[in-house]
Amino acid sequence: MKLPLPRSRIFRSASLKLAAVYGLLFALSSYALVFFLWWATTGLLDQQVEAAIRADGQAFDERWSEGGLPTLMLAIQERLAENFDDDAIYSINAPNGKRIYGNLERWPANVVEPGVFYEVPLTRDGEKVVAIVTSYNLYGGAHLLVGRDVKGRLQFKRLLPGMLLYATILVAVLALFGSLVMRGLFRRMVADVSMTAAAISRGELDRRVRRSGRGDEFDSMAVAINTMLDRISRLMDGVRQVSNAIAHDLRTPIARARARLEDAASHANSEEELRAAVERAVADLDGVTAVFQALLRIAEIEAGSRRSAFAEIDLGPLLADLTDLYGAVAEDHGLTLVLRVPDTLPAYGDRDLVQQAVANLLDNAIKFSPSGGQVKLAAEPLERNVRITVTDQGPGIPEQDRARAAERFFRGEQARSTPGSGLGLALVQAVATLHEGALVLEDAGPGLRAVLTLRAVPPPRMNTPSSAPHGTDIAPVSEPVRS
Amino acid sequence: MRILLVEDDPTVAGFVAKGLREAGHVVEHADNGRDGLFLAASETFDTIILDRMLPGGIDGIRLLETLRSQNNSTPVLVLSALSQVDDRVAGLKAGSDDYLTKPFAFSELLARVEALTRRGKGDGPQTKLIVGDLEMDLLSRAVRRAGQKIDLQPREFRLLEYLMRHAGQVVTRTMLLEGVWDYHFDPQTNVIDVHVSRLRQKIDKPYPKPLIHTIRNAGYMLQPETP
Repeated sequence: MKLPLPRSRIFRSASLKLAAVYGLLFALSSYALVFFLWWATTGLLDQQVEAAIRADGQAFDERWSEGGLPTLMLAIQERLAENFDDDAIYSINAPNGKRIYGNLERWPANVVEPGVFYEVPLTRDGEKVVAIVTSYNLYGGAHLLVGRDVKGRLQFKRLLPGMLLYATILVAVLALFGSLVMRGLFRRMVADVSMTAAAISRGELDRRVRRSGRGDEFDSMAVAINTMLDRISRLMDGVRQVSNAIAHDLRTPIARARARLEDAASHANSEEELRAAVERAVADLDGVTAVFQALLRIAEIEAGSRRSAFAEIDLGPLLADLTDLYGAVAEDHGLTLVLRVPDTLPAYGDRDLVQQAVANLLDNAIKFSPSGGQVKLAAEPLERNVRITVTDQGPGIPEQDRARAAERFFRGEQARSTPGSGLGLALVQAVATLHEGALVLEDAGPGLRAVLTLRAVPPPRMNTPSSAPHGTDIAPVSEPVRS
Repeated sequence: MRILLVEDDPTVAGFVAKGLREAGHVVEHADNGRDGLFLAASETFDTIILDRMLPGGIDGIRLLETLRSQNNSTPVLVLSALSQVDDRVAGLKAGSDDYLTKPFAFSELLARVEALTRRGKGDGPQTKLIVGDLEMDLLSRAVRRAGQKIDLQPREFRLLEYLMRHAGQVVTRTMLLEGVWDYHFDPQTNVIDVHVSRLRQKIDKPYPKPLIHTIRNAGYMLQPETP
């Protein structure tokens, strides 16, 4: 299950990139968390110090009102005695600045405004410390300073770089480990897809991506890929089938032309004979060209590019004109061509293609009808579609062949003896699909009824990639012919 | 007639030039777009036969557009291996007068070229067409042969009109399908033959000398004398 990865390409590996991004994100978020914790903790410590100072100040204020300076000094003495952490700083100074009582050697110069907290550097017992202090004005012009030594916080601050270093190492290790786990997961998820793709490239066309069955994103991706592969394989089968048919159906006339030419080249006794052989060979090649043109036209229609030529057309005169063209041919075959179409029948599509499709249906009907029969061309509006029906009294198409009759080059048993390329119905089918309609072949008992359904109104949007007919729009008379 | 042939494939060019010369035309040949444009712009031709795909930076459509932008209205027939309908439309839009898909029968090309040169002469709107003893009045829509009135269906009238307008020229089945019915597809059966044969029943059958002649491997021709 391991993907072989050449060393030179290791730094281009997507899994490595993913792992690196993961590690970086993890480290960044870890540092952000550490800094936030530090900032929040020191903030909390400062608040606690200020609260303690305020409590002291309030207590001293009460004692001052009880008994003046002596009581205050006594209170300070008590407080100092109870202060085991040795962080309390008190000082009572006379109006001239001289210290009256307290454990602070000198009043800090910048502490001037009473009630404001200052962070000041101090010297206590010969040691340089930082303290948070505030001052109060006492009655008679004296000042009281209450403060706290915050060396604990400083110690915490000094510890921090070390802590951060250890944290960095820890974070790096965790990030690396996490990255490796992520990379492994990622690789395992894409390994199957890429192995399937590789197998298909090698020619194992029936390989599919394994589904985890967990119903997660990777599972639905596997389903999507497999659906795509199925569709491609169906298309390829179609192409193979068509190319086999082309090989067979074109080889015959080409072989015939070749034989004629070779035979004429070596055996013709007169120029006349030679000329006749060459002419027949040219006719054979013209047949090949015609088949090619029909195939290309079907491919062009199936590609859907011709939708650009779609316009509103009136099937009334269009079908009447075709009846005029084929009526004479039908009469020649001893048939009557009956037209049952309203004077105007609006439809939406490609005029040339609809003409050609109906012409092909009429051509077939006339070709397979016995003399004396009747061919009927009818059309009617049908909600949002139009239905064009061509009915003959010929032998029809056996039920088992009907579904395949519109495939390229398909020719039924009865059709083998008649001239034709086997592409006529395939073209009608392609035209029907392009017009979001369908071609359905039915038994007319006796004879064949070809029902061509076309969309009569412009679709809401023109560039629908799907050419599948909309289920409700088409009257399903029997199983539609598929190519 | 002087015809300019712009075609890069030597086999096709040789075959077409030889055929046109045999039919009595003078042919100039250019095997790339640049030379073709130079000849077309500097000399006078009755018709230009132009291949769509040409080497030398100027393809058939560009050449044609350049020519038309210089108000040169020489009839142009475009030859192309591209059969798709949109390509035909593109060719006609660029200013070509006709379009023929490769591979083609030489008779088809010759018929179309001769039809083009006739059209190029443009002798104004006509009200009467006369070929031999056949007369067609385009205003009253009456047809007479040797003074006898002949009743024609509307489509037969248009078919005969097309043949008379191209009297003395070969008219192919495809030309009739396009010119009379305005159909641009290849019907598998010979529908045109059936219609021409019906027209013959009315125009030629009752008279000693036929006017509509079948030209083998090509199409039909309407003219008083046997070709």
